Amino acid sequence: MAVFKLPQNSKITKGRHFGAAEGASNTRSFGVYRYDPTSGENPRVDTYEIDLDSCGPMVLDALIKIKNEIDPTLTFRRSCREGICGSCAMNIDGGNTLACTRAIGSIKGNVRVYPLPHMPVVKDLVPDLTNFYAQYASIKPWLQTQTPPPADRERLQSKEDQEKINEPSACILCACCSAGCPSYWWNSDRYLGPAVLLAAHRWLVDSRDEATGERLDQLEDPFRLYRCHTILNCTQTCPKGLNPAKAIAEIKKMLVERRV
Amino acid sequence: MSHSGRPLSPHLSIYRWPITMTLSILHRVTGVAMSCGLIVLAAWLMYAASGPEHYQYFRAAISSPLGIAVLIGWSFAFYLHLANGIRHLVWDTGRGFEIRQANASAWFALLFAVALTLISWLVAL
Repeated sequence: MAVFKLPQNSKITKGRHFGAAEGASNTRSFGVYRYDPTSGENPRVDTYEIDLDSCGPMVLDALIKIKNEIDPTLTFRRSCREGICGSCAMNIDGGNTLACTRAIGSIKGNVRVYPLPHMPVVKDLVPDLTNFYAQYASIKPWLQTQTPPPADRERLQSKEDQEKINEPSACILCACCSAGCPSYWWNSDRYLGPAVLLAAHRWLVDSRDEATGERLDQLEDPFRLYRCHTILNCTQTCPKGLNPAKAIAEIKKMLVERRV
Repeated sequence: MSHSGRPLSPHLSIYRWPITMTLSILHRVTGVAMSCGLIVLAAWLMYAASGPEHYQYFRAAISSPLGIAVLIGWSFAFYLHLANGIRHLVWDTGRGFEIRQANASAWFALLFAVALTLISWLVAL
């Protein structure tokens, strides 16, 4: 059941304030969600005044600056800093995106930084994605075949068939879309969510895959697939410009078409 | 998902609503509102069936400012649910999923509902 209110241990309290460095003229205020599992205290929002003249252009640059110069306990995931690893997915200015590709200059006013929404928080901006990854594994995201491969070469695809899986293959599993989906917020125990369904569709339309029927059987479920109510937050928020909502609609169409 | 005592990250309270999300929840709200409105419809039929002396009570209630406000709300709910239902039919064909298209159709459904509610009541009153 949907629970709209945050549990008692998740209510956010007022945090600390860190003023700007001396002589800074071009500052911006960053409100960052903090949670320390060893403290026994509720999460809080700390605010940091950042001198943009000595900071890189992206939100991730500001987070790294805070960690380096103000508070080394600030915890977040990051790796590639170029939008391909998906580690630094978080909620910035009310939308889920990658901190490394979101420019500070594109945000008006104070910058609000929270972990991905409606997730168990390990520490600060680090959510526990165990359930998300388990759901991804449940759709068997690999090539399934019955027939033996050609003896002398790979299983070939036409250019057109390859193009069908180009876009969904660009998904980096950052979980921005799933963590932005209200249906997933209320039903993540049973609804697979947009990221996993985008991946499911990618294997359904792969011309080399021979388990299409079993894959559709597994998806035909009131919760796993049909909790999608076309809210479209997934497509609106995807930092890679992909379209999970359309992929889900295509799966629903495939399920209808195989009956007629 | 509240295992191991970890706090749940904030969601509704921090998320910036896209117009498509607003329309989605309005679709559900207007659906529920229309279901509740069926009680008024049933009352109308019952009062009408029990003769003119009874019907005048219903007529008085529904002609009061509160009664008219409820009817205006109900007609808006009907038009919005209708327009948004058509959006859903188009989506079921796999079309209209580009962000620009979805945002445009959301605003169109809202404007359609507001305009038709206004027109209906200008004609009716």
